[in-house]
Amino acid sequence: MSEVLNIKELKRFKSVNKSVKKVDGIALVTGQPVYTNDFDVPGALHVRLVRSPYAHARIKEIDVSKALKIPGVVTILTYKDLPRVPYTRAGQGYPEPSPYDTFVLDKKVRYVGDPVAIVAAETEKAARLAAKAVKVEYEVLEPVLDYEKATAEGAPIIHDEPEAVGVYDASRNIAAHFEMEVGNIEETLKKCDKIIERTYVAKTQLHAMMEPHAAISYFDPNGRLTVISSTQVPFHARRILSRIFGLHIGDIRVIKPRIGGGFGGKQAIHLEPYVVAVTLKTKRPARLVYDRPEVSMATNIRHEMKYTVTIGAMKDGTIKVIDMKGLSNTGAYGEHALTTFMVAGSKTLPLYNKVEAVRFTGDVVYTNLPSAGAYRGYGAPQGLFALDCTIDELAHELGLDPLEVKERNSIREGESSPIFRIMGEGREGVDQIVRSCKLQDCIDKGKTAIGWNEKRGKQLRNGNKVRGVGCAIAMQGSGIAKIDMGAATIKMNEDGSFNLLLGATDLGTGSDTIMAQIAAETLGVKYDRIKVYSSDTDMTPFDTGAYASSTTYVSGNAVRKAAEMVREQILENAAKYLEEPAENLYIENAKVISNKTGREVTYEELCTKLFYTFEQKQIAATASYVGEESPPPFLATFAEVEVDLETGKVNLVKLVSYADCGTPLNPIQAIGQLEGGTMQGIGWALFEDVIYGKDGRMLTNDFFTYKIPTRMDYGKLECGLVDSYEPTGPYGAKSIAEIGIDTPIPAISNAIFDATGIRLRKAPFNSEELFFEILKKEV
Amino acid sequence: MKLELTINGRVHSVEIDPGEMLLDVLRRLGYKSVRRSCNSASCGNCTVLMDGKPILSCTTFAARAMGHNIETVESLSEDGKLHDIQESLLETGGAQCGFCIPGFVLTTKALLEENPEPTEKEIREALNGNLCRCTGYESQIKAVLNITRKRGGHVNE
Repeated sequence: MSEVLNIKELKRFKSVNKSVKKVDGIALVTGQPVYTNDFDVPGALHVRLVRSPYAHARIKEIDVSKALKIPGVVTILTYKDLPRVPYTRAGQGYPEPSPYDTFVLDKKVRYVGDPVAIVAAETEKAARLAAKAVKVEYEVLEPVLDYEKATAEGAPIIHDEPEAVGVYDASRNIAAHFEMEVGNIEETLKKCDKIIERTYVAKTQLHAMMEPHAAISYFDPNGRLTVISSTQVPFHARRILSRIFGLHIGDIRVIKPRIGGGFGGKQAIHLEPYVVAVTLKTKRPARLVYDRPEVSMATNIRHEMKYTVTIGAMKDGTIKVIDMKGLSNTGAYGEHALTTFMVAGSKTLPLYNKVEAVRFTGDVVYTNLPSAGAYRGYGAPQGLFALDCTIDELAHELGLDPLEVKERNSIREGESSPIFRIMGEGREGVDQIVRSCKLQDCIDKGKTAIGWNEKRGKQLRNGNKVRGVGCAIAMQGSGIAKIDMGAATIKMNEDGSFNLLLGATDLGTGSDTIMAQIAAETLGVKYDRIKVYSSDTDMTPFDTGAYASSTTYVSGNAVRKAAEMVREQILENAAKYLEEPAENLYIENAKVISNKTGREVTYEELCTKLFYTFEQKQIAATASYVGEESPPPFLATFAEVEVDLETGKVNLVKLVSYADCGTPLNPIQAIGQLEGGTMQGIGWALFEDVIYGKDGRMLTNDFFTYKIPTRMDYGKLECGLVDSYEPTGPYGAKSIAEIGIDTPIPAISNAIFDATGIRLRKAPFNSEELFFEILKKEV
Repeated sequence: MKLELTINGRVHSVEIDPGEMLLDVLRRLGYKSVRRSCNSASCGNCTVLMDGKPILSCTTFAARAMGHNIETVESLSEDGKLHDIQESLLETGGAQCGFCIPGFVLTTKALLEENPEPTEKEIREALNGNLCRCTGYESQIKAVLNITRKRGGHVNE
């Protein structure tokens, strides 16, 4: 059924499912001043933050007198000057499932880099000098640096402040806890032929987007507080700023210009409170741009997670039990603590829906390390690493092809899983059936491309080097069902063009372009006739923001609805103008045409008349959309590696990923998302390693010491799409933004095993560790 | 100190602090296409051309640029028409967030002037210092290969 629909729809499409150029492309390739820090705001003060050198300490005294004497310094703010309002930096649905455990500035610092004072000066140099001249006296406390010891008896308590709200158990450093069980684990395990238990750890990762975080604030001529920010969540930023500073939401305007990459790193309120505090105090514009080390350690990082997975299966590879017990490290603050942990289960467990019993439990704990937050995949890749590799191990122990075991036990079109209903994000989920799933086609394509049958288990040797292949399959979601809301406004201009006003936040993904394509498809015009303006809380309707792979699905559906409403209005007015019933009329190429008489009116003529001489009104509509479900995209990934047995170095020879994202609305942009996500996954698997000093200081906070992949660091990358048709999506679309990052770690780990017989259960896979394992095993 | 800088063919007379980096001076003069990302010569985002060769402006003293021709990406499309490198990036989807693109375009320009028919390997080597976190690199490599093809050159696979 959907197959037939798919082909029919695809042929009919005029604007979507086409690789058109980005609407903002020319500005980007010509280097226009479009990012936050490119805006010249006359008289703006330069803001710098004084940061804690200790991982855990109480502030005894701050002396700013010397710093204030530096010429050009205008003001220095400490916790004494700011409202003591607990909040969460997490930019997520309200009320947030994250604890309110953060203050703009606090009496206590909880990681190396935690801000203790805000310095504002006429020049950047003066601000930097003054930041150094602020004298802070600390009472140094014992830090918690090992997340496995965070809940131990007698461990120092990180959030002992009485104002914090929503912490699961502050006395044991537990920010969040979750447990759920379907069926009976113990009883079902008794019926299994084979039980294995394995523990996997995925270390943290830095977003490393190219544009550092930046924010500017000022009062506009009407006295309204305006914030320009590199944010994925302008509406959440406005709401949280209003809470912190006791301002009316309507008195704050947040503008999001172009963003130089986010990946979840800009899904929180990082810099905005500091510049706003300065503007409120001085009534002057203020600007703050983070240095690269600040981006690395003082915004958010990925949650480091450890999972112990128990799987019970029959001899033929039928999986009957999955039990995952996890521990997640949220660092100093609990933003996204519960939700990332739940996603590690909710976006992996439904994939293996044939089980009889399934359990997911664990804690998210505080440590005195940089704060974890949202990052592409949002917990799912950490969970999948453990789950996929344990299944791989199971298959090997049963003497079966791991791909066949994964294939046989995974979800298919028309099927469901109780997990969908039980696990949402921070609360219950939503029951849903998988309406579109071309996972098998993805597997088949990838299998051929890598040469699975020819290469698996062969351990091809060339001197000191040995090759192997591995696979992993994944699912994700499309927005958060019944939570994420997107809205769009479309209005018509007299030249037959349209303004599309969007709360959705394009952070480089191309979503503005895709939204224009959706509107163009519905309105029967070329996509360049849709003039997109996105994300200004004054000018555009509400949108929860760009995260959880939601924009195409949630905001896209809102655009389609708004465009349909505008289309109705065009037909209604054209009916009056042409003096023909609306049911005789259809829309094509920016014209309304009668299928009875052949009479027609162009959009240009109709709208001009509507403005000046006929009926005299504006055609416009606003529509909102909230997803009733969150249809998962699917992915199959295959890796071929070559391991140097003399050094333990892993060379990625080839990585193949095929995804089902429904109808790709702009195939080139969709592939770009898949390739980008995949490359971040490759980096995380092989090079990207965050290392801390004994004092908790992040030692790898720049691009010298934290190595993201370059063009020379991977072999061949082959990413492709397998079209399906998601009936609930706009023109059949699902999401693609996150899923690519889920699979490289397990696929590469499985490939290393295939090559060497060695299981690396901690990512990233560094060559030293592998080298010593090789020595032990004498491969 | 006072400095004369030739940027995109225009001569600027500018007051600088001794030890000021070229990146800061260029941005101050309004050349906002030159982006600061890592500020430690490891990402390539701040690349400009000095006498046609790519240099990292975040770690080049502004004073060193005196007497040389500095080129930023603003010079490439002054008459409103895109350079074929820019056009090619749009076609392949090689510009996602766009932050790394000015540096990428300039390094590519220098590469193609020196080696009009680079192999894929040579492209990867020449552009290795230009980090991109969005694209996964493939679309950008394809963009460069397509330019050679469009200019009528031989594509060495």
